Amino acid sequence: MDGMPVPARLADPMVPLPFRITRVIREIDGVFTWRLKALDGAPFHYRPGQFNMVTQFGVGEIPVSISGDCREPDTLVHTIRAVGPVTEAMQALRTGAVVGIRGPFGRPWPIDAAIGSDVIFVTSTIGLAPLRPLIHEVLHRRQEFGKVVICYGTRGIDDIMFEADLHAWRARFDTNVHLTVHSAPSGYRGRVGGVAAAIHAARIDGLSTVAFVCRSEALTRQAVNTLGERGVTPDRVWVTLERNMKCGIGLCGHCQFGPSFMCKDGPVYRFDQIEALYSVREF
Amino acid sequence: MVNVVGLEDTLAAHPFAADMDAEALRTIVGCCSNAVYHPGDYLFREGEPADAFFLIRHGQVALEIHVPQGPPIVVETLEEGEIFGWSWLIPPYRWSNDARANDQVRVLKLDATCLRRKMEADRTLGYELYRRFLPIMAQRLAANRLRIVELATEPRPIRGRSRG
Repeated sequence: MDGMPVPARLADPMVPLPFRITRVIREIDGVFTWRLKALDGAPFHYRPGQFNMVTQFGVGEIPVSISGDCREPDTLVHTIRAVGPVTEAMQALRTGAVVGIRGPFGRPWPIDAAIGSDVIFVTSTIGLAPLRPLIHEVLHRRQEFGKVVICYGTRGIDDIMFEADLHAWRARFDTNVHLTVHSAPSGYRGRVGGVAAAIHAARIDGLSTVAFVCRSEALTRQAVNTLGERGVTPDRVWVTLERNMKCGIGLCGHCQFGPSFMCKDGPVYRFDQIEALYSVREF
Repeated sequence: MVNVVGLEDTLAAHPFAADMDAEALRTIVGCCSNAVYHPGDYLFREGEPADAFFLIRHGQVALEIHVPQGPPIVVETLEEGEIFGWSWLIPPYRWSNDARANDQVRVLKLDATCLRRKMEADRTLGYELYRRFLPIMAQRLAANRLRIVELATEPRPIRGRSRG
């Protein structure tokens, strides 16, 4: 178009590139992580918060957040929950299988908005997957941020995702991890309760905190409200949303969210900018 | 030199009693005592008379629900600065769950019979206590409703076997 060579990866955003599954990790029941490498060996560059359209050839294509470390571009990581026909078929794939990848798409987490501030991550269950690249990046650049707090909630102690990461983050002297579960067997010594309790326990200074939230949409507002009680205003809260992404490049309109297409203007939004839309019932 | 802190000061320092009128504080402290529980101790059990309520000064308390033919399930944990046990306010004054110390727990224990008697005699005191209890009850009720929403809206995973 302008005479510059177009990177092969962007030649046609509608054509999936083949990636081989090099490892399958069973995270919890019904949730698995793939580690993937491009068949042509090329690195896959992306930014935290972006997603890919992932194709199982002959079955279907779904949007999936990237859950790896963006400083390791030779390995693409996707974490998938089996909830429908496509993801159920994906769950049966073995190491060595080839799938199609289109992307990366979407607006990433605005990590620079948090430089110099305290950072709190609020998430639950599989919501940790889209936040994981951002947490890795913040910890890579740890000196640029104040206090770093991770609040994570799950249904029970068998539903804790990325447990090794959580242990590693909690073991750091410069990171606070507050984990909570909805219920636990008698004798469990950790926190039991809602994510709100974990946010309250975090004892953040709301006036100097930027929050990154990834929860089910039904509970995003609750997280924002709880952060508000701690002094974090909606203009310092970033959330990621989910819609029915199809093309990934803002053409088809399946993921339209008011005036924006979530696949290219989202999925990450500053909460105050979508607050009005968010309150519209059944929208 | 040993610094002796009276019960009234200890009670006043707890968030539950923040900004409480001095007269109300003096009345309540007459029903108050310190108590210590060791890890695994039950503070109360479901069905027993609700004869007290508790302000946690230190440690973690697990609220458990007894499940027939199985071990109890922890549904909430509470920590320093929090309160628990409102069955003393509501007839028939019986605990609706178990409370167990997860570690060394220090509490201020308020005698329910004593408090109920004083509240009957002094409606202002009753109002003062209800005013402090109700927001906490509402907050916990709202939190539990949201937990139901979370459980109800989370897609049910298809349990399959991922193979490497």
